Amino acid sequence: MNKTEKKNTPVVEARFSPASLLRKIIGSVSKAHKTYGLEWWIMIAGIVIVLFMLYMAFFPQTIAPFSALDQDTGPQLSAPDKTHIFGTDNLKRDVFSRVVFGSRTILGVAFSAALLSSIIGIPLGLFSGYFGGALDRILSLIMDSIYSFPGLILAIAFAAMLGPGVINITLAVSVIYIPTYFRLVRGQVLTLKEELYVEAAHSIGAPNIIILIKYIFPNVIATVVVVFSLNIADAIMTEAALSYIGLGLPAGIPDWGMDIAIGKSFLPSGVWWMITFPGLAIILLALGFTMLGEGLAEILNPRLLEK
Amino acid sequence: MKGLLRYAITRILLTIPMIFILLTVVFLVLRVMPGDPVSAMLGAHAPERVIEEKKEELGLNKPIIIQYFEYLGQLARFDLGESMVLKQKVTDPIKEKLPATIELTLWGMFFTLAIGVPLGAYAANKRRTGRDFGIRLYGNVAYCIPVYWMGLMMQLVFGVWLKWLPIAGRTSPRIMSSLFSNTGFYLIDTLLAGNLRAFGDVAVHLLLPSLTLGIVLSGVFVRLTRANMLDVLKSDFILAARARGVSEKLVVYKHGLKNAFIPILTMLGLQFAILLAGAVLTETTFSWPGMGRLLMERIYLRDYPTVQGVIVVFAIMVSVISLLVDLLYAAVDPRVKY
Amino acid sequence: MDKPILDVRNLSIDYPISIGTVEAVRDVSFTLEKGEALGLVGESGCGKSTLGLAFLQLLRAPGRIIDGQILYHGNDIVTMKNDALMKMRGRNIAMVFQNPLTSLDPLYSIEDQFYETMKQHEPKITKAEAAEKAGKVLEDLSIDKKRLYEYPHQLSGGMRQRIMIGLGLILNPDLLIADEPTTSLDVIVEAGFIDLLAKLRREYNLSIILISHNLGLVAEMVDRIAVMYGGKIMELGTAEDIFGKPLHPYTEGLIGCVPNIKLDQKSLVSMPGSPPDLVNPPKGCRFSPRCPKCMDICREKEPELKTKEKGRQVSCWLYNK
Ligand SMILES: Nc1ncnc2c1ncn2[C@@H]1O[C@H](COP(=O)(O)OP(=O)(O)OP(=O)(O)O)[C@@H](O)[C@H]1O
Ligand SMILES: [Mg+2]
Repeated sequence: MNKTEKKNTPVVEARFSPASLLRKIIGSVSKAHKTYGLEWWIMIAGIVIVLFMLYMAFFPQTIAPFSALDQDTGPQLSAPDKTHIFGTDNLKRDVFSRVVFGSRTILGVAFSAALLSSIIGIPLGLFSGYFGGALDRILSLIMDSIYSFPGLILAIAFAAMLGPGVINITLAVSVIYIPTYFRLVRGQVLTLKEELYVEAAHSIGAPNIIILIKYIFPNVIATVVVVFSLNIADAIMTEAALSYIGLGLPAGIPDWGMDIAIGKSFLPSGVWWMITFPGLAIILLALGFTMLGEGLAEILNPRLLEK
Repeated sequence: MKGLLRYAITRILLTIPMIFILLTVVFLVLRVMPGDPVSAMLGAHAPERVIEEKKEELGLNKPIIIQYFEYLGQLARFDLGESMVLKQKVTDPIKEKLPATIELTLWGMFFTLAIGVPLGAYAANKRRTGRDFGIRLYGNVAYCIPVYWMGLMMQLVFGVWLKWLPIAGRTSPRIMSSLFSNTGFYLIDTLLAGNLRAFGDVAVHLLLPSLTLGIVLSGVFVRLTRANMLDVLKSDFILAARARGVSEKLVVYKHGLKNAFIPILTMLGLQFAILLAGAVLTETTFSWPGMGRLLMERIYLRDYPTVQGVIVVFAIMVSVISLLVDLLYAAVDPRVKY
Repeated sequence: MDKPILDVRNLSIDYPISIGTVEAVRDVSFTLEKGEALGLVGESGCGKSTLGLAFLQLLRAPGRIIDGQILYHGNDIVTMKNDALMKMRGRNIAMVFQNPLTSLDPLYSIEDQFYETMKQHEPKITKAEAAEKAGKVLEDLSIDKKRLYEYPHQLSGGMRQRIMIGLGLILNPDLLIADEPTTSLDVIVEAGFIDLLAKLRREYNLSIILISHNLGLVAEMVDRIAVMYGGKIMELGTAEDIFGKPLHPYTEGLIGCVPNIKLDQKSLVSMPGSPPDLVNPPKGCRFSPRCPKCMDICREKEPELKTKEKGRQVSCWLYNK
């Protein structure tokens, strides 16, 4: 079966063209699907969710029927119907539109926070693991301490001190994930350091910085990519939690966690839609990044997540 | 036994640097950031002179580094200091709120394990079937559910719609608070007092918050258990046991699950940290008078000593749990001796 | 003559995997008489363990028996129901595995593992009775009874191996399958093990299938030898015949590779060429690509296992004309 397929595709690669590129992508996709099975589909599902959410974040106007702040979209606290598919809130705002516009906030914060933690955590881990010594020991102790402490509680302390604001909440979220990258990268560097080719580079007098960038860093990337994706999922949960307890953003910015907090006061009177939909959105978004990360883990480095 | 004691003591000593580092971080964050307790207390429009006096009184005028070492010195004497905004020792509210949080987290842990481990084991045993897929999906989704949202949904269903369970607090208002002076663990207190009605009331209040925690955190344990079970079920001793005619149930759940549980145990300490974070959110959602609510209240008041005290207590809780986990480990695995 | 204890007929086993199907065992037939010891030898990957596990219906996933019968006292194991299989495992047919170090559950005491095994087959047995019986068996294997109350990690490799055998024998089976039982043991322990097995064979009237790629071990222990290659039996005969006048070129190669029967355990590896790819086995005789005496027909058609003389079978075109 396999063999005949191979024979049918032309052996000589055509010069670069969109069609050949497409064929190549489809080829590797179908091959990967055969090899990885279920994991592959999980990753695809993750990608679809993430892309959908990204579209929502970049072009909310194309989806949302109202603006997120419009306080005159219809009756107050009305249950989902045809015009307001997710209902309206206490200020007569359209819940669906708020969910759509809210994706922007949470994605922005989570992505920037993950990026910031990785930008700080990765180099620290690289240097600490590579050079070792007292600095490494102190850094590790600090990072391990932060790592073993409930991250959200730290983030609460930070966020409260910094006050509300998009930048502040991003900082608060990013601080608690620096140790994740540090520990991951440092651990890998420790094993890579012993590899033959690294020692060989060493012995011919390659400078440390070159060795780090050329020989060690590329080997860490696969793991970092996986963890980055999972990390965004975590950061999403943390951002939502912070804004749920009122430490996140000023009132003007639509935000899922905050909407849940507002909806909470109307819950006893049976207003379920103000809470349910932003919550589902959080789940879906976090799930998308988790699935993407796990699929990637399976494909790039099967043993990574088992630990 | 002596080795065990020595081990426990070393472990406890080892947590000191961790607490120290966390405190330093928190201390710095609290002091460096804008805003201070005096302005928060007296309002932004208080005259400059009054503010200065108050600062003087609280020792906030000294250089940060001096404040820092004074605080450390205090801690070394096992003294968490006095609240800055209320006339009370920091330990007073902590003593009052800690049992509530412990009660909540322990039951949360119980539900987490009771749901997560059997499901994961079952899924591993039925690998690659529809049921396995369903359980894995549950695990992944549960992991992504915000715990407060889950709590609100539970309130909606069981409190608002079905009206089966209370949605806030540790007890109904009618229950006399004098019942609870013994340990602060209401389940134990009501039992000690022999008041079964009160016990039932407390249990009913505990059910939704701890079940919420359990459901959300069980996701992690489903995944952990399943992955470890799959590994263990490939082992030689599993095959050997089958070859002796040992029944499938014993093979999977006696040999398989117990062996799979050991790596899970080593993760339990870390998971407990997540559980604590979840507990803070759950406390806010269910108006549960615990450490999380205390922390939130005092953060707004800029009550530095109390906030620091709460953080110290959280850090100690994490350390104590990982110590307990180690002891449990030694009890389960005959190869481990301290 | 008695009916044979085990009668394997045209057994074939597959492992369907993503890139194709591993034809792990093909058309294997042989019989085992009561009290007889049969050696199963061949290079790594030729399907010995697969065959051994099939006798207990314990193939590792995704293995499955696609054809043939395994008649144990006339009852077909291949079609047996789960309950019957469970009763048969351990009580009628016992198996000892390659690696004694990992074949005992580290979390349970030796006593517990004995008790569990006995309880499974005799539900009424008490802990004390089980311990007494197990103690006796252990003493037969020259292990102190007290060891019963220890955990696997407290015992040496040799002891664990003997305990595995004890666990195998505790229910008085009449067939013992030993899959490379000595690979992880040192030479002295191995010698002791051989003596032990010989003794047990006499005392318990056991039939034994000994799986090994250590020809030296097999030569000392068994009455007959089956030589496997690429999932098929190439030659079957008494130990003397196989060693004295091997017929199949593969057997010759195997024996030629044993410079000193006792010392070199890894000697089989040194035969030129590599074992066949069982997903795409060679056309014709599976050994043909490596065979020094290969003829045209060997590359075209597979030879069958034919009886050459009494108690002597070979699958080779050299003798099939
Ligand atoms: N679980 C499995 N899945 C897929 N293929 C398998 C599996 N187990 C064994 N095989 C394949 O079946 C063939 C026979 O394997 P088997 O373990 O029976 O060989 P063996 O003769 O016991 O080798 P060794 O001497 O190394 O123990 C090999 O090609 C092996 O790759
Ligand atoms: Mg084998």
